[in-house]
Amino acid sequence: MTEIFGIPIQAFMGQLMLGLVNGSFYAMLSLGLAVIFGLLGIVNFAHGALYMIGAYVAWFSLETFGLNYWMALLLAPLVVGALGLVIERTLLKHLYKLDPIYGLLLTFGISLIFEGVFREQYGVSGQSYSVPDALQGATNLGFMVLPNYRAWVIVASLIVCLGTWALIEKTSLGAKLRAGTENPALVQAFGINVPMMVMFTYAGGAALAALAGVLAAPVIQITPLMGTNLIIVVFAVVVIGGMGSILGSILTGLALGLVEGLTKVFYPEASNIVVFVIMAIVLMIRPAGLFGKEK
Amino acid sequence: MKALCYALFACAFNLLLGYTGLLSFGHAAFMGAAAYGTGWLVRSGGLTPELGLIAGVLVAAALGLVVGLIAIRRQGIYFAMITLAMAQMIFFICLQAPFTGGEDGLQGVPRGKLFGLLPLDNDLAMYFFVLAIFVAVYLFIVRVVHSPYGQVLKAIRENEPRAISLGYNVNRYKLLAFVLSTAIAGLAGGLKTLVLGFATLSDVHWSLSGEVILMTLLGGLGTFAGPVVGAFTIIGLQNCLADRVGSWVTVIIGAIFVVCVLAFRRGFVGEFIARRKKPAAAEPAAAAPAQVKAHA
Repeated sequence: MTEIFGIPIQAFMGQLMLGLVNGSFYAMLSLGLAVIFGLLGIVNFAHGALYMIGAYVAWFSLETFGLNYWMALLLAPLVVGALGLVIERTLLKHLYKLDPIYGLLLTFGISLIFEGVFREQYGVSGQSYSVPDALQGATNLGFMVLPNYRAWVIVASLIVCLGTWALIEKTSLGAKLRAGTENPALVQAFGINVPMMVMFTYAGGAALAALAGVLAAPVIQITPLMGTNLIIVVFAVVVIGGMGSILGSILTGLALGLVEGLTKVFYPEASNIVVFVIMAIVLMIRPAGLFGKEK
Repeated sequence: MKALCYALFACAFNLLLGYTGLLSFGHAAFMGAAAYGTGWLVRSGGLTPELGLIAGVLVAAALGLVVGLIAIRRQGIYFAMITLAMAQMIFFICLQAPFTGGEDGLQGVPRGKLFGLLPLDNDLAMYFFVLAIFVAVYLFIVRVVHSPYGQVLKAIRENEPRAISLGYNVNRYKLLAFVLSTAIAGLAGGLKTLVLGFATLSDVHWSLSGEVILMTLLGGLGTFAGPVVGAFTIIGLQNCLADRVGSWVTVIIGAIFVVCVLAFRRGFVGEFIARRKKPAAAEPAAAAPAQVKAHA
């Protein structure tokens, strides 16, 4: 069998794989959003910008200090996480008592600032980042040739996603986090430092975004706009998955990446909007999202 | 004239956020869709400007109805995200549809003759045409807000469960407000196309949705003059700064956003009104609790 639904199987699987790679980015980003929204009640519009900065940190550290990919994978989340700490301490902490809409607007402003600075600095043309030596080449699976780097992206993001999920759902730290989202005052009364927890949650979410940025750097063009273009799709993913659910955002992210890949095979013109169409349909049937709970 | 169009757009947005409490993050889509609709019909369909504008309004209102029906099912932040995503869908449709000219946009839209009589190529005539529409719509919005319907909208903004328990069909009110707002946004978009003679992708792009939020927020949410002041400030800033500082405009706009949200939530006009009311407010404040009891 060399064809599937009249499409050469090589091309078909290739698009499917591309979809899965995109899906892993969606999953990682929407996971970070879900975690931040869960504890802070803030829709982090700056998430796309943090993802973009993550990719730039990788590129910059290679160009300037000659740090390799693996170092960047460690460095970028640290740098961006620290940036997240600063943002949370100086700006976001003033907003917790207000309507979540203000959080959205504030982070929107922040993302504009970052985007403008990077555009001024590096222009709109893309930078490219080469695939690390260890992951170059491709493996022939018989029915398709799989580039090693893409396989690594999928595996790595799955590990990160599942790790985060386990941390929040299965450990005592996670239990405290979840309790903090339900009733911060009570948790504080038990002697847990909630403001600190909130601070590190935001930093953690930011670090997740940066990690996705470094993973994405070799597959895409690094541009100041790469985050803003992605963030809207990720918002749609979050709406479809249901905002409160961590597992929901992971699964929905992967699934939507696949659907997008499939659409690209059969009807390329629609691939940009298929996610939003799905969102509309899902909302008509289940207003709280696939995994969300009706409040 | 451009600023007046954006002021109109901001007023439309304010009707929704300021008086109904619905944050739409995709309002540019309606403005842009109408801009394309008007532009295409006037250029290729040979419609007169007033018919083109009406067509643009209808396009925007129809889109608003569809998006509103879906988005109204969720509240607050979800509402914002859904409108944003739907707007992005409209953006991609505009990018790929055959008649919009893709990346280049729709160029060379003629202004035509108003009612077949008054040529609008004259800038002064066009200016008064835009001004007349603006004033008419502005008065219309004031009228709507002060009508019983507008009062119900405010009630929904303040306390939705209470409005429901009073027997109002909240979703229908909200949907109507949404469609009204998108129709006015469409009018603004159509006008803008006639004034400038083109419609481009930037009219549909979501960054414009962000800008209109900023205009409204900067001027003062839920005040009549606020969005107008905000729109003139932002458009003025962009015109002055764009040549001189390049990409820093984005940074400055972002910074204004941050400052507004952190320290300045009432905006220029809101701040002004609050200052003027302060001395007078001290007295009724004492009487207020009694009043609340009376209502309860």
